[in-house]
Formats: sequence, structure tokens, C-alpha cells
Amino acid sequence: MVTFEVEDHDGNRQPIEAPDDMGLSLMEVLKASEYPVLATCGGMALCATCHVEVLDGKEGLGEATDVELDQLEALPEMFDTSRLACQIRISDQLEGAIFKLRGEDQ
Amino acid sequence: MITTDICIIGAGPVGLFTVFEAGLLKMRCHLIDALPQVGGQLSEIYPQKPIYDIPGYPEVKAQELVDNLMKQIEPFNPTFSLGERVDFLAKQDDGSFVLTTSDKTKVHAQVIVIAGGLGCFEPRKPVLENLENFEGKGITYMVKDPEQFRDKKVILAGGGDSALDWTIYLSQIAEKVTLVHRNETFRGAPDSAAKVFDLANNGKIDLILSSNLTKLSGNGHLQSVSMKNKAKEESTIETDYLIPLFGLSPKLGPIADWGLNIDKNAIEVDTTDYSTNVERIYAVGDINTYENKLKLILCGFHESAIMCHSAFKYVYPDQKLSFKYTTVNGVNSF
Repeated sequence: MVTFEVEDHDGNRQPIEAPDDMGLSLMEVLKASEYPVLATCGGMALCATCHVEVLDGKEGLGEATDVELDQLEALPEMFDTSRLACQIRISDQLEGAIFKLRGEDQ
Repeated sequence: MITTDICIIGAGPVGLFTVFEAGLLKMRCHLIDALPQVGGQLSEIYPQKPIYDIPGYPEVKAQELVDNLMKQIEPFNPTFSLGERVDFLAKQDDGSFVLTTSDKTKVHAQVIVIAGGLGCFEPRKPVLENLENFEGKGITYMVKDPEQFRDKKVILAGGGDSALDWTIYLSQIAEKVTLVHRNETFRGAPDSAAKVFDLANNGKIDLILSSNLTKLSGNGHLQSVSMKNKAKEESTIETDYLIPLFGLSPKLGPIADWGLNIDKNAIEVDTTDYSTNVERIYAVGDINTYENKLKLILCGFHESAIMCHSAFKYVYPDQKLSFKYTTVNGVNSF
């Protein structure tokens, strides 16, 4: 298991515990934790509704792919810390990371 | 007015296959899609990506699947309204419907099938105060008729291919073109990016990098756009038009206003026939939701077969439906 923190649209921060050996994406964990993440495209890096900011722990995530960067780049609002949660694999590298929800609200 | 038995909203793989299943039961179909081509997200977003879970195809490219589906439904002569979005739905006294599209096309149908996938791909909008007030009054998210911009001042915002391409194109006809981009570099096609830098160096366009839009001003019609650079310095540019090009994002669109039961951007259906809570309206494929729903093309195919058998009673109220195999009966075109 790995534990990281998630900040919602209202600024509330909560620790989330997730299994790090099931090949889950951060988007799937956020949805399962009932955060308002639309994830319309189902994790194909096509809709950017799972846009998050990585406030801490960016080093452990690896580089964003071209497809992901293309999506992020197209967003009206993008930060140096922006990622798509569907492209972040849950692994022990996420221990202690902090994510802030950015995608469109439901 | 176009008259048909079934009007299918969405020409993705499941919408296309619905034509086949309907055709076997002698029901004619008209398809409407907001995108200018058939295939839905398969053609629009990942035409060259392989799909591995279509029965009978160990691997098939998305566009190849769409092409094959088009061939498969050819005998049933479906008709299409592409690049149009269904905006209104009016129930008639006899239970049938008249749909009106964004281009004012009218379609009369006995049954409506919503196969809208992720929804309509609509332009992403920047978060700016008063944005709505200037939509259609200086702000447009799409270049439909470039002549509109002849001898006008135009600001484009964005860094993708469409921002680059339209900047290049409009630089030849507009009085003044300004491209505002958040970064220093462009991720679009390198050739187009090089050309945009050339145009800027030669004074043909104004290129404003590392800047974000901050404010819109105008009296009824857009008059100026303000932006801030990384050093937080604000500047304001007078303009006739602003074209924000921040890509497309799937939205449920007008479907949300048709009185259908909606749960998290998906339409609730009865799994015995994939009907919605409104009689004669069905929903199949990724746009519907039910317990244990899987958003798979193959599940959508299954749903459209069941759905067509249920819809038969509205198209042929006096006939009894008999189930037939294509192997026994072949595919009888019309």
C-alpha cells in the first residue's frame, strides 16, 4: 500500500491509501474514492477531465508522454506541475506525494 | 424534412452497427454526428491505434474498423447529417419525433437512438469573466468562414496545430493577426511552428509568448483583450475578434435537456432493451449507464441488436417480428 494526499476543489486535503501492485492509475483511485473526476474518456489521455497538479512528489512520477503533453498543452489552464491523473500509475514512488484536483467539476 | 424510421445520434462504431441491426429488420436509419466525418472518437482521436477486443479481429486499427462497418451497412443505404449537432427534439402527437440540428436540418423519425459516445466534442473555453457575453460578438471557437475575418483585427489563443494553422492562414487575409501562447515553444507540427516564427520575425503577425489571457472588454461587441506575461506585466490589445483554440472536450450537450434520466453524464437505460425513461428513445454504447456497464465497443454492438428488436414495434406496429439468422436469410438490402 502507498499513501499520498489529495486536495479537492475546495482546498480540503485528505490522505488516500491505495494498493501499489494492481496497476491502477491515480484517476481510477480518485474515482473509487468518490472524488468528482469525470474521466470521460476512460483513461486514454483524451479528455483532460482528470487534470491534477502535483504539489509535491513530481520526481517519482516519470515523464509525461507526448499524448499527455498534447492534452495538457491544449488546456486553457496549465501549470508546470500539471499532469493527467489517468497517466499516473500507482506505485510506491507516490508515497507522500500531494495532488490537487484541477479538472472540470461534475 | 428528412423522413426515416430510426434517427441515430452519433455515428461512432455503435451508431454505425445499429444501422446494420435495424436494416436486418427493414428499418431505415439516418445518422447525425457533430463531427464532420463518421467513426466518432475512433476516427477523430485514435484512427491508427490498434483495438484488440473486437470479436474475430485479433487486432484491428480503429479507422479500419470504421471503414469495415461502413462497408457492412452499405446495403441498408443509411443517410447522414455530419458536422451537425442535434439541438432540439419535439414529440409529435402520434408519438414520433422531429429533431432539429444546429444547421436547422429537420429529421422526422419514429424512434431515436442516442449513440453519442462521450458526447459532443465541444471547444474548451478559457476561464475568463464575461466570456459568454462576447460569444458570437467577437469571440468564436471555430473558424467556419475565414472571409469573416478579412481586413479585421484577430487575436488567436492556443498552441496546438489548429492555432498555428489558422494563424498562418488568417495572416493572409486579416488586417492584423496576434497569436497568444502560454509557452515559449509550440507542440504543434514543427513546420507550422517554424512558419509562425517566420511570420512574426517578418512583422506579418504579432506573436506573444509566455502569456495568458486575463480580461475581455467591450461595449456589446468585443473591443480589447488583456493578457499577462510570466513577469505578471499586463498588456491590452484592441481587436475585432478573439479565437480561443484550446482543443475539444467531450460534453453531453443538449441531450442533457431532453428529460432523460442522467447519472454522471451518462443516460440511464433499462437493460432489457436499452430504452430510456422516454418512450421511443433508446441509448446504446458509451453514453448509457446501468449496473455493471462496461464501456466497450463490443458491448455497444450487443446493446444495439437488442435495442433494434425492441424498437421494431414502433416502426411496424401491425407486424409480428420474427427472428432470423443472416446465415439463413442473407442480408437483404434496400
